[in-house]
Amino acid sequence: MSAEVKLRGRVAAKLGDNIDTDLIYPGRFLNITDREKTGEHLFELAFPEIRSRIRPGDFLVAGKNFGCGSSREQATAAVKYAGVGAVIAAGFARIFFRNSINLGLPAVVSPDAAAHLEEGDELELELVGGVITRVATGETFRAAPLDPRAAELLTAGGLIPYLKKKYGS
Amino acid sequence: MGMTLAEKILARASGREKVGPDEIVVAAIDLAMSHENADLVRKSFLEIGVARVWDPERIVIILDHRVPAESERTAATHKAIREFVHAQGIRHFYDVGRGGICHQVLAENGHVLPGMVVVGTDSHTTTHGAFGAFATGIGATEMAGVWTEGRLWFKTPFTLRILVSGRFAPWVSAKDLILYIIGRLGADGADYRAVEFEGPAIRAMTVASRMVLANLSMEMGAKVAFTPVDETLLEYLAARTGRTIPESPDFAPDPDAQYERVIEIDLREVSEPQVACPHAVDNVRPVSAVRGTPVYQAVVGSCTNGRLEDLAVAAEILRGRRVHPRTRLLVIPASQQILLEAIRLGYIQNLIEAGAMINPPGCGPCVGVHQGILAAGETCISSTNRNFIGRMGSKDSLVYLASPAVVAASAAAGEIAHPEDILEEEVA
Repeated sequence: MSAEVKLRGRVAAKLGDNIDTDLIYPGRFLNITDREKTGEHLFELAFPEIRSRIRPGDFLVAGKNFGCGSSREQATAAVKYAGVGAVIAAGFARIFFRNSINLGLPAVVSPDAAAHLEEGDELELELVGGVITRVATGETFRAAPLDPRAAELLTAGGLIPYLKKKYGS
Repeated sequence: MGMTLAEKILARASGREKVGPDEIVVAAIDLAMSHENADLVRKSFLEIGVARVWDPERIVIILDHRVPAESERTAATHKAIREFVHAQGIRHFYDVGRGGICHQVLAENGHVLPGMVVVGTDSHTTTHGAFGAFATGIGATEMAGVWTEGRLWFKTPFTLRILVSGRFAPWVSAKDLILYIIGRLGADGADYRAVEFEGPAIRAMTVASRMVLANLSMEMGAKVAFTPVDETLLEYLAARTGRTIPESPDFAPDPDAQYERVIEIDLREVSEPQVACPHAVDNVRPVSAVRGTPVYQAVVGSCTNGRLEDLAVAAEILRGRRVHPRTRLLVIPASQQILLEAIRLGYIQNLIEAGAMINPPGCGPCVGVHQGILAAGETCISSTNRNFIGRMGSKDSLVYLASPAVVAASAAAGEIAHPEDILEEEVA
């Protein structure tokens, strides 16, 4: 992938370290298997008020180890289908990170941005090069560049469209 | 320069001479396991639009999270899975009453062998590192990709080596050791890493106890976690596969392998049982620090600690005693085989006579969907693996994680207790 993908949105919420998958998407909703419906239960137990603040394309900012815990893909789907355009975190737990790439939700690693961004900040995110710009001040933060494999899947819109193109009839 | 076990297995599975940390490889998958979320995998697989799975012999599906079905929605999920496995010719399907918790069922039926690459749509798939397999959790859509292609990309992990020496103190078990390690390293202390457990204390452990270490390594972020492939393990496998697996250098790291970090632990450091306090698995304290905390529910079970040796220690502590009036004790054998064996050995009778409720083999209340949900304000002590906010019910409930021995002792005391506290008292 060569073309730069630019995303723009606001920081809808800033969260701490070790936000686990039970907080993101409680176990009691795991028998919901329509991905689109998972967004209705994002953060249901601990901070349900965040849902109503998310406008399509907004960002979530979090500390280290975001998405630790279960392999439940509904946690990633819930973030995506609640309208989040990308998650920017100091770090991600590995299964959540892979699920994000596979569902076409950008997961951006930037300890610098995670430390400095605030709720309400308007951002521009250059996904491939890994640059986050705070629009109001022009400040920039470096993010880890996407590895080519992840970039390929993300730009395809996720693993399903990628494989569909490769194998589907 | 030699290779770690993770590097060796990924090199073999990707057809390379040698791989090193951070290298991306595409590895052939030897075994692909799913539970109820096979229904999500199925949906993604149908979206991809391929007619047949890559190899029905390498797919294992085990119903365990909601067994028997607790709702009409789950019943429909189970039904859809049954129809799918039938249509695809997937023989290794363990339905309600035929198996138990997925990780235990894979183990006791000899599905996992040393050197394999195993993926499962369950984070605790790391458990199978106890069998010398590169075993890790993935999401449902990624599994649909595996069902399609039979291979998957991995970033070769750095390896953390944990050397354990010394002898376990009385009432200190594998659960206490791994909680102690997680408390030291933190919830992200092994993020993206492979872990190799080694040392005389590890080699002296039963296979069941080694599974506890590999299983809970997930709670410090590990991608995979190995314990040694030795005589103890090969005997276990021979009994379950009916064939002899020879020892091989393919199943061990090279002596000159490169490690990111080597940690040495003397079991004298773990002088008493450990407890992970709410709401994080790395919030670990010695049992003496939380002794006396009232508990309303106690749980022995799960893929972490629902095996025969776990039921044995609970039965031993509770034999001739009663569960405290304030407390209810739930016991969930990890599999049908374990339940049967525990009946034969009298453990189930001991536990029932003490006032325990025996739940059917499966994940039980660990994932907070049925069979033992907590109300607001309730405290639970559990031999399971997660104590996140709302994990077992209300967001205003509290879960403490501990060994089966501490759970059983706490059930008898009605408050968090060291087994010694209970055993000092006269048997009623």
